[in-house]
Formats: sequence, structure tokens, C-alpha cells
Amino acid sequence: MAGSGRPLSPHLQIYRWYFTMALSIAHRVTGAALAVGLLLLTWWLVALASGPESFQNVQAVMDNFLGGLILFGFTFLLFFHLCNGIRHLAWDMGYGYDKHVAHQTGIVTVAAAAVLTVLVWLAILIAG
Amino acid sequence: MAEFALPKNSRVQPGRKHPAKAGAKNVKEFRIYRYEPEDGGNPRVDTFEIDLADCGPMVLDALIKIKSEVDSTLTFRRSCREGICGSCAMNIDGHNTLACTRAIEDVDGAVSIYPLPHMAVVKDLVTDFTQFWAQYESIEPWLQTYTTVPEKEFDQSVEERGKLDGLYECILCACCSTACPSYWWNSDKYLGPAALLQAYRWIADSRDEATGERLDELEDPFKLYRCHTIMNCTNTCPKGLNPAKAIGEIKKLIVERKA
Repeated sequence: MAGSGRPLSPHLQIYRWYFTMALSIAHRVTGAALAVGLLLLTWWLVALASGPESFQNVQAVMDNFLGGLILFGFTFLLFFHLCNGIRHLAWDMGYGYDKHVAHQTGIVTVAAAAVLTVLVWLAILIAG
Repeated sequence: MAEFALPKNSRVQPGRKHPAKAGAKNVKEFRIYRYEPEDGGNPRVDTFEIDLADCGPMVLDALIKIKSEVDSTLTFRRSCREGICGSCAMNIDGHNTLACTRAIEDVDGAVSIYPLPHMAVVKDLVTDFTQFWAQYESIEPWLQTYTTVPEKEFDQSVEERGKLDGLYECILCACCSTACPSYWWNSDKYLGPAALLQAYRWIADSRDEATGERLDELEDPFKLYRCHTIMNCTNTCPKGLNPAKAIGEIKKLIVERKA
């Protein structure tokens, strides 16, 4: 088809998104974001192993409102990717392919990720 | 790497406007993708105002009305006008469907009509199906047997025949394959939901004896496994079939035969 001189019909430009389509790309994006987030975690662990001084440096950058916000977002991405991964496992086992069911499990995935994120942060705040 | 933007020669320009006739009672706007291969220009979107008081209920009725009364150069495929031939598959209001079974009144506001997405456009709403048919042919869509041919027909129980429900109804309109982002980016290597649903139709057929060879052929990183369960195929199928499930069943069979 390429090189035929014929134009390519519009695709992403005109396709109206389904919720399942948005969650699919979100799964991929959160996976990539989590890989980057892992660098943050590694930085923390290396600093912890290198002694109190370097750990203080990390804390100075991360232990504030903005750092907390980043970690809160990271937690949500993690739980979304986890819950949606379980949704994918169910599909791989042959369940949940009905289009209405796939839509509903998508809603459940996002809701579960939000609830788990809030629970974890409540626990962190209560533990001080 | 996937190319998200349209190539230069494919970018859509504003087109002509055909206003409704004087005295029109119930005007609906149709914005239709046009491409004329002989004038050397880019595709454009023309606007047609149609009086619904004097038009059939389906989008195909409006297209036929435009072709016969406003612009006879408007080009599209159609045949049965009752959702069984699959010729008038196109993108209406952002989703792939059949123009003959899509009611105009179900579309809010202007009705935008584009060819099936990410396909080479021959003219207006007609796209090149060469690759789509080649992929269908590649799954060998016919009954294959090695044992002696019975004197009469191959017997099949009611249950065995039941396994083909939801598969045999596919009319190969290509709505599903051309709705699939994975097919958009890899249509040269990924078979796409339509061909894979058809592949499963023969795998699931109790009379077919080539199941092993069929699975061997599909066990490939691209042909089958570019399906990421995005679900666009199942969401858009105008016949209410479930290609995503059929693909899932193939993946399951490949895992099970290894166990």
C-alpha cells in the first residue's frame, strides 16, 4: 500500500475513543512510567546504603509536598497497572470478553486503583 | 515504530458546501470525506445539507440521495442495503459500522463519514482491500480433512455445530480490523481481528482436521500476538460478533496444547 500514491485514510485523527481503548494505552503508559519510577526507588535505596548524609540529600528533594504528590501519583499508577494486569490475566484465561463486561471491569479497575491508593496513603499518614 | 500522523498527501483539507434546498424542513448536515485520484489534490471534507423529511432513515439512504440528487461523483460501495453483504462498511460518527444499518437519527449533530481507517483510499469512501483479502486467504478458509471422505456429508452434532455460532455470521466487512490500533501500526504483519476470527471459525469446526497446522501457522509474534485486547474490534462489530474472544480462544488453545 505504501508507495501506491494513494492517500492513507484518517485513523487516530477521527476514531472516537472507547473506554477500553483508553485503558489499553493507559496500561502501556503506566508501565513505562513505572519503569522510570523504579529509578527513583533505586536512587533512594542506593542513598540509604551509602550512609546518612546521602540519604539526607534524597529526603531534602523528596520529603516535601511536591515529592509527596509525585509518590502519590506513582502509587496510583502502580495500583492501576496491577489491577489492569489482573484484568488482562482474566482475559488470557478466557473470561470477560463481552463488550459490556469489558467496559464494566474497566470501571472496576480504575475504582479499585483509586481506593487502594487512598488506603495506602491513609495508612502512611496515620503511621506518621 | 508506529506513524501517528497522516502523510502529507493524506492530510484532509476543507471542502465544498452544498446547502439544503429552499423550503427544507428538517436539515441534517453530512460531512463526507472526498478524494479524487485524478485531480492530484489532497483529500477534503465536503458538507452536504440534507432534508431528512425527504430521505430514508439510514446513513446509506442519505449517501444514495446525495449521489442521485446533489453530487453524482460521490463514490462508495453498497449492495444489499440490509447488513448482510458488508460492502458499505465505513467510519460514521467516529466508529466503524455499516452505513445501511446505522440510523441517521442515532447520530447527534452533524454526521461525519470517513472511509475505513488507516487504509489506502481508492476514491472517496472506497478503500483498497487487497491486503485484507490476502490475509483472509492466508488462513486457508476452507474445510481440510485427511481421513476418507464419507459417502454423504460430514456428520456434526448440534453441540458441535453450536460452536460455530458467533463465528459463521462474519461478513468480512473489515470494520473490526480497521478499528484496531494494532492493525493500524502493523497491518503488514498482524493478521487483524477479521482474519483471526475466520481462522478460529475453522479451528472450532469439528469436521476440520487441520487444527494443528492452523495453530502452527498462527503461533507467531506478529500474526496473532499483536492482539493486545484493546477490544475495539468487539466494540465496533456491526454484526455484534466478538473477534477479541475468538483471538483469546486461539491463544488459549496454543497454550493448552503445550501443557
